[in-house]
Amino acid sequence: MSEFFAMGGYAFYVWTSYALFVLMLILDVVLPQLGARRALKEAMRRQQRVAARSKP
Amino acid sequence: MNRLLLWFHQLGSPPNFHAFAGRWIPWCFGVAVPLIALGIYLGLAVVPPDYQQGDSYRILFVHVPSAWMSLFIYAAMTVNAFIALVWRIKLSEHLAMACAPIGAWFTAVTLATGSLWGKPMWGTWWTWDARLTSELVLLFLYLGVMGLYNAIDERRAAARAACFLALIGSVNIPIVHYSVEWWNTLHQGSTIRVFGKSSMDPSMLPPLLAMVIGTKAWFIGSLLARTRAAQLVAESGKEWVQRLNPVRAS
Repeated sequence: MSEFFAMGGYAFYVWTSYALFVLMLILDVVLPQLGARRALKEAMRRQQRVAARSKP
Repeated sequence: MNRLLLWFHQLGSPPNFHAFAGRWIPWCFGVAVPLIALGIYLGLAVVPPDYQQGDSYRILFVHVPSAWMSLFIYAAMTVNAFIALVWRIKLSEHLAMACAPIGAWFTAVTLATGSLWGKPMWGTWWTWDARLTSELVLLFLYLGVMGLYNAIDERRAAARAACFLALIGSVNIPIVHYSVEWWNTLHQGSTIRVFGKSSMDPSMLPPLLAMVIGTKAWFIGSLLARTRAAQLVAESGKEWVQRLNPVRAS
């Protein structure tokens, strides 16, 4: 098992590469979700203000 | 109009695309996650070490699929940018602009993992070789498209300008691809051929194939999710968004 983690002496290079790859995939999905939610809320609030102002 | 054309035509309508993407996003990630997990498992634990590079070559299974995606996504962005500029289709503008950040992620990972592979094998993190340099230019093109899109306030004008830059930048795609043939590079040539015989050991193909299909599915899922979100923001004043969105109540 420890041999598996040692990766024939290349542990740092191999594990960092795979970690970066997985981290990138997670960020690729999570970051836009957070950003979009914020942007949508903002846009909705703007719409509500416009709607409230136009009411008699 | 035949049914396929009609379907395409209707997909251009935002509420229809919203529903369509909502249906397909879970399937895309449902295919992508198991395949990428399988690829990682096979690549790290099952495939035997290389006779020359030992275990360091396992980086290939994240580096090569990322590099292919970096070019594939640029091609997808170019096609959508072209459609957006010629036919002024709003959905294509959103699709093209959603491609840029995904492509930038894959390009960044390609460069980082390439660097992490280059250090133990070539003895250097970086060299100004044609393949590495053109891939770095690719990253700057993605960032340029994103920056230009965000720099202009009027959203449709911003999309047109950014699509134009994407289209011009596509000249870099064949340069990245053929750099290892046109110039004498430290980076090796390709060992995988779609047509003809690959010079790669057959044992290395299953994890690579799982990663290639997995990353494609991931890209489509991410593209649909980003486009769907961007469209929702762009259309937030429209009635169909107001009707479906719970944020309005809060």
